Amino acid sequence: MNRIWTLVIKESRDGYRNRWVVMLTLVMTLLALTLSLLGSTPTGTTSISPLAVTVVSLSSLSIFFIPLIALLLAYDSVVGEAERGTLILLLTYPVSRTEVILGKFIAHLFLLTIAIVIGYGIAGLTISFAGEYGFADQEWESFLRLLLSSVLLGAVFLSIGYMISVAVKERTTAAAVAIGIWLLFVLLYDMGLLALLAAGSDGGINGELVKWLMLINPTDSYRMFNLTSSSDTALLSGMAGLSSEHRVSDTSLILIMLSWTIAPLVAAIAIFKRRQL
Amino acid sequence: MNSIELTSLSKFYGKTEALAAIDLAVAPGDCLALVGHNGAGKSTLIKMVLGLIRPTSGRAVVMGYDPMSAPFNGIRKKIGFLPEQVLFQNNLTGWETLTFYARLKGASLKDLEGLFHRVDLYEAMNNRISTYSKGMRQRLGLAQALIGSPELLILDEPTSGLDPASRRNVYSIINDMKRNGATILISSHALTELDDRIDRVAVLNRGKIAALGSIANLRREMNISSEIVIHAPNDTMKILSRHFEGKFFVNGAARISCPADKKISFLRELIGLDIPLSDIEVNDPSLEEVFLELARKKAPEDE
Repeated sequence: MNRIWTLVIKESRDGYRNRWVVMLTLVMTLLALTLSLLGSTPTGTTSISPLAVTVVSLSSLSIFFIPLIALLLAYDSVVGEAERGTLILLLTYPVSRTEVILGKFIAHLFLLTIAIVIGYGIAGLTISFAGEYGFADQEWESFLRLLLSSVLLGAVFLSIGYMISVAVKERTTAAAVAIGIWLLFVLLYDMGLLALLAAGSDGGINGELVKWLMLINPTDSYRMFNLTSSSDTALLSGMAGLSSEHRVSDTSLILIMLSWTIAPLVAAIAIFKRRQL
Repeated sequence: MNSIELTSLSKFYGKTEALAAIDLAVAPGDCLALVGHNGAGKSTLIKMVLGLIRPTSGRAVVMGYDPMSAPFNGIRKKIGFLPEQVLFQNNLTGWETLTFYARLKGASLKDLEGLFHRVDLYEAMNNRISTYSKGMRQRLGLAQALIGSPELLILDEPTSGLDPASRRNVYSIINDMKRNGATILISSHALTELDDRIDRVAVLNRGKIAALGSIANLRREMNISSEIVIHAPNDTMKILSRHFEGKFFVNGAARISCPADKKISFLRELIGLDIPLSDIEVNDPSLEEVFLELARKKAPEDE
């Protein structure tokens, strides 16, 4: 445990020195603020909590942004060290390969969490103080769900990033694969599903099947988790019409994202153990 | 018990044989140099000693354990390793880097200052590594290998790219470690970079040990011919070719090989011929060539 902690400290310090955390937090804050301030204007005098609007717009932002950042943090972590020669050195120390991966995961998740909490937190607080809506009346629960699920979404793509990083021989390959994975999850997958739906619009396509096909994608699970988090967010995102039998329980959504975190992480460790140095 | 004991150790990468049935033992306190050009199998051998890669066949025992086995992890803090090429994180300071490695080894941080002194980096220890010169980085790597006074020190090309003064410093550090009783395995692609303080040399060629012994012994054992180059007019060449074996008319010169102990008598005979010569060179084989030659002899090409 002590050794993992040593690895975590070093990895975090490295991220901090790289200006990664600062950059990340700054970009997150700016984007979040812009989006939420713009998004809160049209609510006017409706009875919708401005924070609910923020949750909806921020979750749409996160779906693109967080996977990208997590992949960028992770893709280089093993293959980059291998290229610099520090990986071989590290493994001659009394650390196991499992500890190396876990150390990186914990440190990167920590950095990501800081960026998400500060960035979105500032946006959330600004919004809730700006309007005439009472501070305590805001959709804080939805907002907390947004923070938590965003961290979880980050964890998913960190794990996938390590899996890429341990499997390839060169950094450039890892970068290309990471971009490909990102496109697949946040864009191509949904486009494919849409195409499937369009093709089967004359009936014959099982709605239940399409729903689960969609939710298998962790970014869609994330979307569903946040857009249906309250009646306000559901209303805003057009999810209100979803009949109750089509609702998916929060537990299932969290479980899907957790599996997407654990399975690639376990796979990454397994591949890493077999990697030729 | 030997510190390192390799028994018919082999490693294949696909169908390429990187190491072929190596037998090698290094006794505690011994200092062995692995010499061979790039691709001779030095790094593969070192990686197997460190338990980084699994041998295809054969057995390695390092400080009493199989390096690929779980209990070897407990031995690792007694081993110091300097990789052939290592680029530490530029944005960390020398001190932070060594602290990280010392913590992993469970070594005391109190000794680190002394280590920085030892490798002449004390003044620079709180600077970022991005400000270090190549030699300083190499010295930091060496300091890293010395953390916790290892019982087994493995240095992969520790002096490549260093100026002569730094090289001397490396050897004086190695000597200190030896005096403390450490076993040392050092690799080099150039024999000229080695030092007399090395007890034994193992010459690797194409994954096989081509020669093993002290530098002095190897030099004595390998009696390789010198080459005598004679520049002379064409008429003279004809006379020369009647008297000696060799290659003639090579760019207007004759190249004759001659055993080292026959050089004087050869020259006497040449002078005795009383023919016009424009120039004469006697090329003794360098230590480097001796080893290359030896590698060729012991391990004939398979093709």
